Amino acid sequence: MALLQIAEPGQSRNPHERRIAIGIDLGTTNSLVASMKNAIPEILRSEAGHTMLPSVVRYLQGNRTQAGYEALAQASLDPKNTIISVKRFMGRGLNDIAHAKNLPYDFLETSGMLKIKTVQGDKSPVEVSAEILARLRQLAEDSFSDDIEGAVITVPAYFDDAQRQATKDAAQLAGINVLRLLNEPTAAALAYGLDHGSEGLYAIFDLGGGTFDISILRLSKGVFEVLSTGGDSALGGDDFDHALMQYILTEFDMHELSSNERRALLMKCRDVKETLSSHPAVLLEFAFEDGKSIQRSISQDEFAQMTQSLVTKALVSVKKAVRDAQVDVEEIQGVVMVGGATRMPNVQKAVEQYFKKTPLNNLNPDEVVALGAARQADLLVGNKSKNDEWLLLDVIPLSLGVEMMGGLVEKIIPRNTPIPVARAQDFTTFKDGQTAMAVHVLQGERELAEDCRSLAKFELRGIPPMVAGAARIRVTYQVDADGLLSVSAKEETSGVQTSITVKPSYGLEDGDIARMLSESFQTAQEDMLARALREEQVEAMRLIDAVNNSLASDANLLSPQEQHTIQEALNQLRQLVANSKVVDDLRRGIERLSEVTEDFAARRMNANIRRALTGKSLNDIE
Amino acid sequence: MVNHSESKGNFANYFDFFHLPQTFNLDRKLLDSAYLKIQQEVHPDRFARASDAEKRQSLQLATFANTAYRTLKNPIQRGLYLCELHCLDPQLETNTSMPKNFLMQQMELREAMDDARGQIVPLSQLQDQVISDLKKITDSIGKNFDELKQPEAALIELRAALFLERFLEELEQRITDASE
Repeated sequence: MALLQIAEPGQSRNPHERRIAIGIDLGTTNSLVASMKNAIPEILRSEAGHTMLPSVVRYLQGNRTQAGYEALAQASLDPKNTIISVKRFMGRGLNDIAHAKNLPYDFLETSGMLKIKTVQGDKSPVEVSAEILARLRQLAEDSFSDDIEGAVITVPAYFDDAQRQATKDAAQLAGINVLRLLNEPTAAALAYGLDHGSEGLYAIFDLGGGTFDISILRLSKGVFEVLSTGGDSALGGDDFDHALMQYILTEFDMHELSSNERRALLMKCRDVKETLSSHPAVLLEFAFEDGKSIQRSISQDEFAQMTQSLVTKALVSVKKAVRDAQVDVEEIQGVVMVGGATRMPNVQKAVEQYFKKTPLNNLNPDEVVALGAARQADLLVGNKSKNDEWLLLDVIPLSLGVEMMGGLVEKIIPRNTPIPVARAQDFTTFKDGQTAMAVHVLQGERELAEDCRSLAKFELRGIPPMVAGAARIRVTYQVDADGLLSVSAKEETSGVQTSITVKPSYGLEDGDIARMLSESFQTAQEDMLARALREEQVEAMRLIDAVNNSLASDANLLSPQEQHTIQEALNQLRQLVANSKVVDDLRRGIERLSEVTEDFAARRMNANIRRALTGKSLNDIE
Repeated sequence: MVNHSESKGNFANYFDFFHLPQTFNLDRKLLDSAYLKIQQEVHPDRFARASDAEKRQSLQLATFANTAYRTLKNPIQRGLYLCELHCLDPQLETNTSMPKNFLMQQMELREAMDDARGQIVPLSQLQDQVISDLKKITDSIGKNFDELKQPEAALIELRAALFLERFLEELEQRITDASE
C-alpha cells in the first residue's frame, strides 16, 4: 500500500499531480473498468488480458469466492451457487422477477430485497454485486499500483431509486468511494460527443444484457443536456435468450428440466442468439441428462419473429421519450447504439425504421459506457483545467409521488425533471386532534399507489392536536445529482417542528454495511481500525486542500477575525493528521473545520455566480 | 404548488439571481446562458472532492437554479411568479370564477375537441387555433406587466392562459393517441 504523503504545514500538495479515478460499468452480463491514460480513456485489462469481467459470482465451500471467467466456467455445474445477471435483482423483491421459474436459484423473500440461498448462506444482490466491484477495484489498484481516489459507477438511466441505492451500497461495501452514479446512456453520449465533437440532438439507444434505456440529449459546446429518458429496467438481451428457450421448450414439449439442464440450455440459447447476429441461420443442438438430444435450425427471420414483442416494447419507450423531449423525430441527428444486444439485426432494423436513419455503430457498444464514465471520473476529481470542463445536466427518469387518501398518487416531482431538484407539497390533517401522519413515498407513472414502486413509508409524529385541516405539514422531496431521493416532513403552523429524513427501505442501513465489512469480506482483510484511520486521514487532507484553495482565491470575502478562526481550525487539523492515531479526534477536527467554513462556502458560491454573470465580484457591485 | 418564498444567498428573487431585469418579456437566450453559467459554477459535479459544507451549498444552489430556471422559462409560471413578487395571490386553487364569455369559449373548444375525436387533421387545426389564442393572451399579459404596469389585469389573463395551456396538453395527448 502506498504511504500517505503529508505536505509541510502551509504548503499544499503539488496542484499538477494527477489523481487516479476510474469509471465502472457494472453490467448485467459483463463489467468493465476504465481510466484516463495520457488524456485518452482506456479499458483496464486483467492480468490474463481480458477487458471484460463476466458479472458472475460463485460461492464455494469454506468462504472461497470466484468471480468472472472462473465462475462462468462452472455456471452449468454449480448453478445454485453461481449467480449470473445479478443486476436484474438489484433493489427488487421476488415478485418483481420475470422468468423466476426458469432460474435455478433458491430465492428467499426478505423485507424489501430478495436474497439467494448459497453454500455460504443467504446472499443479497448487493453483496453479490460488491464481489464484482471489489474485483474491479483490485484490478484498477494493481494496474496503477496506487490508491484510487474514487469511481464513477454507471447505472441504467431507467433505474429507480431502490435500484440506484442498492448499487451505491454495493460500491460502498466493496470499499469504493463513489464520486457519482452516472446514467449509462449519458456516459455513452459523453464518450461519443467528446470523441466526435458532436453538436445537436442525439438519441442513445442502449440495450444491454438486462436493461433498456433510451435518452435524448442536446449536445452543445461543453454542455451535455439530457432532455428526456425512458426505458425498461427489465428488458435486455437476457429476455431474448429466454424467449428462444421458451420457444424450444414448448416446441419439444420439455418441461421437467433439472437446474443444471436449465442453466445449460439457457447458455446454449445465448450462444445461438449471438451467432445469429452474424449468420443467417444456426443449428441449435442440445443433449439432455437422460441421453436424449434435440437438433433444431433457427433462422434470423424466425428469431426475429419470436422476439418481435420485445423489440416492440423497446420502441414504445422510444416514442414516449421522443415525445417527452418535445422534439420531432426528424430533428434527431444521430442514434448512437450502445450495449451488446444492439448487435441483433432485428433491433438494428427496427431502430433504423423508426428514426429513418442508419444507426451509429462506430463505437464498441460493450466499452463506450465505461469509457464515458472514466472521462466523468477524471473531471470529478479535478484533473481538468477550468476551460476544458464540460457540464452534464441529467434528469430523473420516473415521477416521484406520495400516496393520498383512497390510494391515489399525487406526483410531487414529474419524470424528466432536471436534477438536482427539490419540491415541497403541503398536507393537512384529516381528523380533529390527529397527532400523527403516515407518509408513503412512491415512484412511477401509474395513478394508483399499488401500481407504483413503494420506496419508503414513515410516520410523522408529535403533531400538536388541532382541528382537522388546521395543521400544515410540508413534505419536501430532494433528489441529488446521483438521482437519489431524500424526504423530509415538517409541521409548520405550531412552531413545533418535527423533521425526519428517510432513506428508501431497499437501501442498506449503515449498520448492515459495517457488519458485512467486518465479516471477513474481500475488502476488509486489512485491520478495520487502520482502515478507518486512513480513511479519516484522506478525508482530512482533502478538506485541508479544499480550504487552502478557497482561502487562496477568496480570502477577501472574510473579516480578519473570520480568517483567524479558519486558520486556527486548519492548523489544528493539520497537526492531527500528522500526529494523531485516534479516529474520533480526526473526525472532530474535520467537523470543526467544516463548521467554521460553512458560511465561507456559501459566500464564495454567491460571489462566483455574480462573477460569472457580470464579470465583477460582489464587492464591486455593492 | 412550488414554494417560492425561500430565497437563497444574496439574491432578492429569480430575476436578480440570473441578473435579468424584472420584466415579463425576457430575452430567452440571456436566460439560457445565465442558467448555464450559474450551473458551471455551482453544479455538484464541480464539488465532488470538496468539503461537506461546499457540497451542501452546491446542492442547494444547483437545486435553486433549476427551480428558478424552470419558473422563468415558462411564460405562465413567470407571470404567476411576477404576481407573487407584486404581492398578488393568484388563488389558483380557491378562486375558479372566470368571465362568462371565457367560459363559453372554453365550452366551445371542448365540444370542438370531442367532435374531432380520433381525427388528426381537425385536431391539429384546433391545436393551431389554441396556440394562436395563447400567443395573443401572452402578448397582452406582457403589455399589462411591462407597459401598463397593471399586474392585476395580467393576473386575470394568466388564469385564462392556464386554462388554455391545460387544454392544449390534453389536445396534444389526443393527437398522439390518434396517430398511433
